[in-house]
Amino acid sequence: MKFFYWISQTKIWESVFRTKLPISTNLDRALVIFNSLSLHIHPIKVRERAIKFTYTFYLGMISFFLFLVLTITGILLMLYYQPAIPNAYENMKDLKYVVSNGNFLRNMHRWSAHLMVISVFLHMLRVFFKGAYRPPRQFNWIVGVVLLIITLLLSYTGYLLPYDQLSYWAVTVGANIARYVPLIGEELSFLLLGGNNIGEYTLVRFYVLHCVILPAFMVMLIAFHFWRIRKDGGLL
Amino acid sequence: MMNEELFQVEESSDSKVVTRRVAVFPQKTPVKFEQQRPPEKIVMTFPSLIIREVICFQVVVIVLVIISLLFDAPLEELANPQNTPNPAKAPWYFLGLQELLHVFPPVVAGVLIPFCVIVALVVIPYFEINIKREGLWKENQKKTFIIFSSIIFMLVLILIFFDVFSIAVPTLLIYALAVLPYFVKKKSPFINWLSQLSLAEWIMTWFALVSLILIFIGTYFRGPGWSWVYPW
Repeated sequence: MKFFYWISQTKIWESVFRTKLPISTNLDRALVIFNSLSLHIHPIKVRERAIKFTYTFYLGMISFFLFLVLTITGILLMLYYQPAIPNAYENMKDLKYVVSNGNFLRNMHRWSAHLMVISVFLHMLRVFFKGAYRPPRQFNWIVGVVLLIITLLLSYTGYLLPYDQLSYWAVTVGANIARYVPLIGEELSFLLLGGNNIGEYTLVRFYVLHCVILPAFMVMLIAFHFWRIRKDGGLL
Repeated sequence: MMNEELFQVEESSDSKVVTRRVAVFPQKTPVKFEQQRPPEKIVMTFPSLIIREVICFQVVVIVLVIISLLFDAPLEELANPQNTPNPAKAPWYFLGLQELLHVFPPVVAGVLIPFCVIVALVVIPYFEINIKREGLWKENQKKTFIIFSSIIFMLVLILIFFDVFSIAVPTLLIYALAVLPYFVKKKSPFINWLSQLSLAEWIMTWFALVSLILIFIGTYFRGPGWSWVYPW
């Protein structure tokens, strides 16, 4: 503790963290939030009722944390993945039998993805039944709906990447639905798959969608979603 | 001369008195309620909220680690376009859609219904009825009952015509609960609770229930050729 105190008084510490330790007054507590890049999305004070577990069940928070876990495990998985046939599948085998903790990494990514779909859906239900879409929060509700759709798309594009029987045919079922879109169905399916059937280019397309395009939209919209909560007057 | 006047007007455009809003009473808000609401307790974000976030994150990670250690992600053999598994199933969250695809024409189940669901979700906050959310039986009970019942009747008829009992049954269940306060006039906490639920809440409950049931059926009760099988 003494050592920690000494560190906190050094010039280097002070240059990095602007909040002086110890934190003893409400002004200090406010400054912790105020001076931090990662925390400043929070207001300095919150309603006590709004932060109770039974008020929101922390579903939005849980969804965000799952997204965080998915990003981290996803980046680590990218290190072992080649979007090619049959390399993609062989990489899965490698993850399972060769890479240290590779299986654990993949499990973590997959189960988080499933749980995120559930938690985002439950979050939507919670917000709905609380009536938290009422003005002035209409637009944040729409952003939330888009985030739900992106979550589903992320999960769906990720489903193909192992390129085993399960993912191939699951994605086939989904891609066939695109064909039924009136007028532009065939073109849409071709655009999505990068061909008439699922193949090498589909894998690359889904890989880029899964790792770059959709996460980019997701991050931007999450930031907007959070910012908008505060602008609309906090949690409800 | 003209300019000078304009200039003077501009100079004095700042209001001298700052009006202060004391209270807002929207038309339908009971004034009594607004006045009686006690001031809410406010706490510092750090540490009250931050500690909850940290604990929540830890719980999420711990739960994920336990699940990941206990259950392995499925991995079948290399994808083979020549070998179609029977049945080929979509990811579980799309199994409800696949279930619909099995009974309705593809354009309806694959395109129209998902599109309508998304549109319905997006427009929720723009309708007065969803914003007010008054109890279904608040006014004009007889008219409500006739309109509500006939719409449900039509819907169930269409569903039975397409043999979709997996949707027809929960629809009737929700309907039975929704019209219960119309028939049972005896006051009990359960009936009171039912009667104050709005149309929006009933529809969302119905949507969530139907999605859940369809996903459940698609996951556990569908075998070769999408026929009905039992998981045991």
